[in-house]
Amino acid sequence: MVDEKVTAVGPVRVHTISTDKYKTNTIVWKMKAPLAKETVTLRALLPYVLQSGTADYPSVKALRTYLDELYGATLNVDLTKKGEHHIMTIRIDVANERFLPEQTPLLAKAFQFLADLLFRPALDGGRFVTDIVEQEKRALRQRIQAVYDDKMRYANMRLVEEMCKGEPYALSPNGELEDVDGITAEGLYRYYERALAEDELDLYVIGDVAEEAVLHAVKQRFSLPDRPKRERASSVSVKPQGEVREVIERQDVKQGKLNIGYRTNVTYEDDDYYALQMFNGIFGGFSHSKLFINVREKASLAYYAASRLESHKGLLMVMSGIEPANYEKARRIIDEQMQAMKNGDFTDEEMAQTKAVIRNQLLETLDTPRGLVEVLYHNVVSTRKRPIDEWMAGTDQVTREDVVRVADKVELDTVYFLTGMEATKDGKTGV
Amino acid sequence: MEKRVYETLHEELFYEKMDNGLDVYILPKKGFNKTYATFTTNYGSVDNQFVPLGKTEMKRVPDGIAHFLEHKLFEKEDGDVFQQFSKQGASANAFTTFTRTAYLFSSTDNVEKNLETLIDFVQTPYFSDKTVEKEKGIIGQEIRMYDDNPDWRVYFGAIESMYHNHPVKIDIAGTVESIAQITKELLYECYETFYHPSNMLLFVVGPVDEQKMMQQIRDNQAKKSFPQAPEVKRFAYEEPSVVAEKKKVIPMHVQTNKCFVGIKAPSVPEAGEQKLRHELAFHVALDYLFGKSSPHYERLYREGLIDDTFMYDYTEERGFGFALIGGDTRDAERLASEIQTVLLSFSSEAVKKEEFERVKKKKIGAFLRALNSPEYIANQFTRYAFYGSNLFDILPALSSLAMDDIAAVASSCFRDSQIAVCEVVPKGQ
Repeated sequence: MVDEKVTAVGPVRVHTISTDKYKTNTIVWKMKAPLAKETVTLRALLPYVLQSGTADYPSVKALRTYLDELYGATLNVDLTKKGEHHIMTIRIDVANERFLPEQTPLLAKAFQFLADLLFRPALDGGRFVTDIVEQEKRALRQRIQAVYDDKMRYANMRLVEEMCKGEPYALSPNGELEDVDGITAEGLYRYYERALAEDELDLYVIGDVAEEAVLHAVKQRFSLPDRPKRERASSVSVKPQGEVREVIERQDVKQGKLNIGYRTNVTYEDDDYYALQMFNGIFGGFSHSKLFINVREKASLAYYAASRLESHKGLLMVMSGIEPANYEKARRIIDEQMQAMKNGDFTDEEMAQTKAVIRNQLLETLDTPRGLVEVLYHNVVSTRKRPIDEWMAGTDQVTREDVVRVADKVELDTVYFLTGMEATKDGKTGV
Repeated sequence: MEKRVYETLHEELFYEKMDNGLDVYILPKKGFNKTYATFTTNYGSVDNQFVPLGKTEMKRVPDGIAHFLEHKLFEKEDGDVFQQFSKQGASANAFTTFTRTAYLFSSTDNVEKNLETLIDFVQTPYFSDKTVEKEKGIIGQEIRMYDDNPDWRVYFGAIESMYHNHPVKIDIAGTVESIAQITKELLYECYETFYHPSNMLLFVVGPVDEQKMMQQIRDNQAKKSFPQAPEVKRFAYEEPSVVAEKKKVIPMHVQTNKCFVGIKAPSVPEAGEQKLRHELAFHVALDYLFGKSSPHYERLYREGLIDDTFMYDYTEERGFGFALIGGDTRDAERLASEIQTVLLSFSSEAVKKEEFERVKKKKIGAFLRALNSPEYIANQFTRYAFYGSNLFDILPALSSLAMDDIAAVASSCFRDSQIAVCEVVPKGQ
């Protein structure tokens, strides 16, 4: 279904997906290390500094002018966490010259550009350029603070912080505000050398290109030291400590955000993974799911009410935006849906529907270069390898007993509610 | 069925007008798993005053009704159409813009069935008093969600500042108060006026057999009958060419200032290639001035006035056009004044040919990238088609775009009278 060829070139795993269905070619570079307080902010800054200048194009303006020349090649970077791994991603997407009047070899140039960005950054006396680092520190502070102004993201982040207190997973992939100031151009450069020497490296190329050509380009331009195999950071979620925690936070908001976290006790590594996906699909993943039907359609309490999984860490998170006064009512309905799952109170039709939708969602994701890489990258993050074909068969074979067994393992951990300044918890308006 | 070939792009498009006036387009895409289909009416939030089908008098309807109707069309006597789609493995959705309402599905299996469901549910309205009341709670929460979102508030605030009378200044979802007035009778009236096949367009893109699919659509339409419908008469709002208020400030509980500068086009071409060129010229001018390779971007970034939330865009629809430039900033006032200075001091004569050519190259690459996306193709093709323009003309239009096109946009729009500012600032400041 997806023809992924994987070949190691030194420490770089090169993944080639040859296809002619796109009008552009995509290169994705990923660097993975354990998520840790000491490095999280350095890593959050590093790719932004790298994309601000290379030796040949030492400023954003020079670098972007060059990319514009390459028919508007796009360059973007981001940080994510998968389980307790911290991943830096750099993406370059460039037009396929087949569709252009001019036959410039754009993909080859994009490869060279990525290599320059990674290995020949703009430097000043053996370290990063201070002006660039300071500018990007400021941008990073703004990025971290911006979460506060987006209440949906904020509530998600706060739930994870509360729920995973003391676990690395509580860290945000964008780093810690308090650690930004202390970063220097030297310190960041030392970390850059360390990351290049120690991180797990993956390069994905998706487009109208053969593997040999990709391997040739990588051998020519990417020369990196071998590295000792890393101990895998254990990502498995710890058990909740006794009682369910309830956190209520007040701000000047009109809509309350109710976010609820559960430990699934099942992860990507487990045999029950596909059953976990099915569980989430019936419970809250889609617009036919119990949460959407009961919280939104029947009770008319919310515009959005859904759940999602963090399957490497083993978390299930419910999110919903409600009138502050409806807190108890919404919680009761959500609890009832979870109880229904545990009781096996769902129909064969819901099973079939969810299977069809999961299958569709996966196939659709594979249609975009970005989605394809994210699906394949799960197999890098996890020790358990799941080829795409297995996803289809695996989901198909899930039985209702499997879903109930998973539901049984799901444990409520933390309830987080962001609400207005005035409404009290039981819904009466305060004075 | 007519076949249109776009050789440079390696695309073939199939078109047919149904007997009832419905325009149908099919774009086969080999190699893709998914088929994406949109069924769109030329009706959006700005159409709040019109002559209802079969009537002679103009009528004003409650704000937010087009969006409300979009929500309600999914509900039928025997349940929710979302359920039907998901049983057939499809993911369905809908959206309402200023000038369009689109219903859509994407699926990798049962495409024929899903297409039938899409066409039938949109062409079979069912509204009841009970379900209309229930929806008010859900949409009320959707409105609240946007009320708390400073990005939305600053974006919409800038639009409000630009317009005196035009309903583009009214939030697409309406207000909690305006939707309270919506009744099932009003919904039927809007539906019958705007959902006539002759006011709609169906677009399908994906790994499909165009012959079979067109036949399916023909058969489906032949089974239904619609009354004769004249072209819809919409109220023509009198809108002064200049902005309504120079500056609006919205205090909210935020940590970061937000600022958008709006540019109001005094007028826009009505249709066709001219409209497409006008829009592209505006985009190229903005890219030249504010793109990441521009000197202004570099300077504003270095001074900490912009960050990666900085964006600029130009929206041109039926009868109006505006640009928005801005994002998060440490100093909203200064950013607003810097952007205005850049706009007001722009001289197209100072633009070097190589810079102009580079921006065009960037736009060409971006267009090719956009064509990777079935969603983009269907949505944008429909948008252009409603204006008598053609999405696939973008490539030749970009190539032939001249400095004169940019100069014309600059001289009519980059003027003090056309510029408005909206800021979101922390409360208590």
